[in-house]
Amino acid sequence: MESLEQIKTRAEAAVPGARIDIVPNPGPANQRSLLIDNEHALAVAHFLRDDPALLLDFCSNVTGVDWLDRVAKKTAKIKTVVDGVEKEVDQTTEEKIPGYLEAVYHLYSMTHKHGPVIIRMRTRDRAEGARLPSLTAIWRSAEFQEREIFDLYGIRFDGHPDLRRILMWDEFEDYPMRKDYAQPDDFEWEPTPHDEVLTRAKEHYTPRPQLDGAEEITATD
Amino acid sequence: MSEIDEKLRAELQRQGVWVTSMQDLYNWGRKNSIWPLQFGLACCAIEMIATAASRYDIARFGGEVFRPSPRQADLMIVAGTVTKKMAPQIVRLYNQMADPKYVIAMGACAISGGPFKQGYNVLKGIDRYIPVDVFIPGCPPRPEALLHAFMELQRKIDEQKLTGAQKAEHLRPEQPSEFPVPKFGEHDLEPPANRDVFQPPKLERV
Repeated sequence: MESLEQIKTRAEAAVPGARIDIVPNPGPANQRSLLIDNEHALAVAHFLRDDPALLLDFCSNVTGVDWLDRVAKKTAKIKTVVDGVEKEVDQTTEEKIPGYLEAVYHLYSMTHKHGPVIIRMRTRDRAEGARLPSLTAIWRSAEFQEREIFDLYGIRFDGHPDLRRILMWDEFEDYPMRKDYAQPDDFEWEPTPHDEVLTRAKEHYTPRPQLDGAEEITATD
Repeated sequence: MSEIDEKLRAELQRQGVWVTSMQDLYNWGRKNSIWPLQFGLACCAIEMIATAASRYDIARFGGEVFRPSPRQADLMIVAGTVTKKMAPQIVRLYNQMADPKYVIAMGACAISGGPFKQGYNVLKGIDRYIPVDVFIPGCPPRPEALLHAFMELQRKIDEQKLTGAQKAEHLRPEQPSEFPVPKFGEHDLEPPANRDVFQPPKLERV
């Protein structure tokens, strides 16, 4: 299979106006992915599926990622004049990156037996702008998985044939896989609490009895 | 109905006279033909099926008649993880069973939520909504454990009284035989537990 750079170049040539970025992966897997802009996502997906050299006809997995608001620190060396002497000083600039949600698609080719090619789409924000174009029209197998992302992350997929909750009940209002999801407080009985569960279970513990000085008495008294 | 002196009963039996009480006869009949409700929720159900099949053979204890209708079942074996989405249906099935009815909570999930306890979608034990007679720990419990629970339940049925102040719950009209079905709420089931049935154990500090 051709490299991700080649795919990017050819896709951008095939779909005029498409903006595709390669997202690096600093982890040991080093599995990079293509970040596709939302406006041209359908056309790019069409290209990936139908291009004779790629034929990525199998969408094996669709999942979501929640990125909270974060601050990226950048350190740059700049030259300043300190006491008349020119010196190199490290300057740290903080850049605020607003949070967003991502949908990640893992694509394979049954015909050519290659893959995966991973594509991503990013929402504008984590609230009202959490919308993405649905790729169910390209890969039918994405239907339930996009519903699952809608259920657990709250991304609305435009053009999805049947966007309902799939695992949780319809009356449910939260998105449990988001990082800021607050669990309901049902920690009143935890036989083996640990870590965060212990902290939450402790709120239900009866308070310790008042100290009356008896605990100060030792065996030698 | 009155209690018979055990020595007298043994002596009579030796002479070829078999004496029993209405209560013993009634309980003997009930405990040896417990019809479980035929449903499973997760991997514990596979062990339950194994218990019903030839190798472990729950028929030896009179429990082989798995009924697919709650109207005909005496025993609910909650075999597996109860998700919050499934919990109202379980309570509804329990309500639809005729008295006397019994519940075995089978496996870690059914008794406490088990390995999925901290999940957002798993009920932390079916005893939050319906009364449970026998709890079996295990993940999943072996068929022997289910048989043990079954025998424990038989023992329990055998000890039930038909009259008097201590008579069985299903014979006391003031005891509820149906329990409120939880509603799907915006963040959790409403209510998260039936306080008439489930009270968390109090931690005593000394």
